[in-house]
Amino acid sequence: MAIYVNRETRVLVQGITGNQGRFHTELMQNYGTNIVAGVTPGRAGQEVLGVPVYDTVARAVAESGADTSVIFVPAPFARDAVLEALEHLSQVVVVTEGIPVKDTMELAAVAAGRGSRLLGPNTAGVISPGLAKVGIMPGRVFTPGKVGVISRSGTLAYEISLALTEAGYGQSSLVGIGGDRVIGTSFIDVLKEFEEDPETEAIVIIGEIGGQAEEEAAEYIKDMTKPVAGYIAGRTAPEGKRMGHAGAIISGGTGTAESKIKALEGAGAGVARIPTAIPEIIAELI
Amino acid sequence: MKIYEHMAKEIFARYNIPVPQGEIATSPEEARQAASKLGGPVTLKAQVLVGGRGKAGGIKFADDPEEACQLAEELFALKIKDLPVKTLLVEEKLAIEEELYLGLTIDRSAKKPVLMLSTEGGVDIEEVAAETPDKIISSHLEPGQKFELYQARELISRLDIPSSLLNKLSQLLSNLYRLYQEKDAQIAEINPLALTTEGLCAADAKLVIDEDALFRQKEFKAEGDELPYVELEGTVGCIVNGAGLAMSTMDTLLHLGGEPANFLDIGGGASAEVMARALSKVSGHPGVRSIFINILGGITRCDEVARGILQSIEEVEVPVVVRLRGTNEEEGSKLLRENNLEVEKSMTAATEKAIAAAKEWE
Repeated sequence: MAIYVNRETRVLVQGITGNQGRFHTELMQNYGTNIVAGVTPGRAGQEVLGVPVYDTVARAVAESGADTSVIFVPAPFARDAVLEALEHLSQVVVVTEGIPVKDTMELAAVAAGRGSRLLGPNTAGVISPGLAKVGIMPGRVFTPGKVGVISRSGTLAYEISLALTEAGYGQSSLVGIGGDRVIGTSFIDVLKEFEEDPETEAIVIIGEIGGQAEEEAAEYIKDMTKPVAGYIAGRTAPEGKRMGHAGAIISGGTGTAESKIKALEGAGAGVARIPTAIPEIIAELI
Repeated sequence: MKIYEHMAKEIFARYNIPVPQGEIATSPEEARQAASKLGGPVTLKAQVLVGGRGKAGGIKFADDPEEACQLAEELFALKIKDLPVKTLLVEEKLAIEEELYLGLTIDRSAKKPVLMLSTEGGVDIEEVAAETPDKIISSHLEPGQKFELYQARELISRLDIPSSLLNKLSQLLSNLYRLYQEKDAQIAEINPLALTTEGLCAADAKLVIDEDALFRQKEFKAEGDELPYVELEGTVGCIVNGAGLAMSTMDTLLHLGGEPANFLDIGGGASAEVMARALSKVSGHPGVRSIFINILGGITRCDEVARGILQSIEEVEVPVVVRLRGTNEEEGSKLLRENNLEVEKSMTAATEKAIAAAKEWE
């Protein structure tokens, strides 16, 4: 079954004529994703890799029946592009990194008001192995299966998915929620979907330093029926330094890896100390 | 991006937030001149971008220009949390009667700006929050919506202050929020907001600008397009693609008995040039005894990374351990092996190898 995306998902790529947009459109197509339209204002009538390009999301949706947008538009123009997407679509995946947090707070409020799903910003996207990928992850580290994966970080999610794949545990879906301070879809939103997804038997939650999202997720995990494994990156990170991701910063003593590990363990999740130990924990849980 | 107090105050003043009269000094002599120009007793404040300045002795009071000069000399000799003091802000000394607190920041969980007000200014607001939470009024503000003056009045009226202050304080709050919005601030804080015989005055000013907004905040300059790098004191240098994997590589080193020397994320889709630059940078860290390059390529291509490694490998004296997986892994591994560099597949095995190499190297 998988969550969020599957064979039927009809994907629109905003920013399809840019380098990133074109490059990943091809990789998504190769994976089997149904890319039905592209949007770049001022480029209507062109085709990119056989995909028709439109000036507006309104027109693209009307002509193609797209239901999900993936956004590769550069940060200075991303607010406008995401607002346009939210006007017409119920699911928007924002790959763009470096969007000002003020813009993201506004976008999250608009999405919540409409009841739409905003994934990211600064997300690797979402993949349902063997069915579709909407984002930038390398398809070959994933394999279809029954473990649901949720992660703030992209590459760390690939590392852990690869470890799962090599140990014989496939994934139902991997959902990247993004590395920024403020993001549209939280761990809890995705945990709820996996809890209800009949194909998912266990869940891996991959967090990192900064904020309280993992602590909040732990509260939800306490009441879940499916087993959860976790990993938290940043035990060696010094206070007050931004560790690559805008959201990965310990400030005023909050957002430490210790606090998150303690919260997850307190909720009954098995927490790995190194990423490659996740499959062993899954083996114990299933 | 943290903004120096004197610059923050300049911006506050533009938004009609009253600040003390002040001058910048970069030498004891300039401090003397500033004090003489201001007339009367002055406050000398070290300009450093860390908290706890007062406790570290970074604020001094002088009664006359001569004393200002002497105290400035002491301040310039000071290091506050390892940071040298290069600039002082010399200000008129305020006759403070009451100290209030006014702050705006981001509530990540609520995804909204949050405003905090208190009559307990002048101390660490986190302490007030922990000890007397009822002394703090906090309220979320709606993203993308205007903050009306009446909304400011409603909040201010919940503070235990005389009604005669209501209008001035509400206007000040409204101005601070406008600044916060227009300057893409992450934090805008006045602590303390002084109440003197002459009215309200921002005795201190804290301003942190969103680094991601610098493309439209031209007033603030980004510090070049440096790679995300944080230096630590360990012995194993780290070069990794992706922030999460980079943090996790450091943790794995520690878990297996090693010590990371740094955090460095070459980002997604790094070119050979970026990789070469990263390798030069980490090999320049004096504590490094081995370098661990950990790549799991998605949009990052392993062959490109391998080319970058080969560009800089000549200047590296310590052992280098390379782990390559993902996009174009075969091509990248082949390139490195042709140049007598071993390539690992497993992150854990490669980590162990990097730790052993650091221990052997002297």
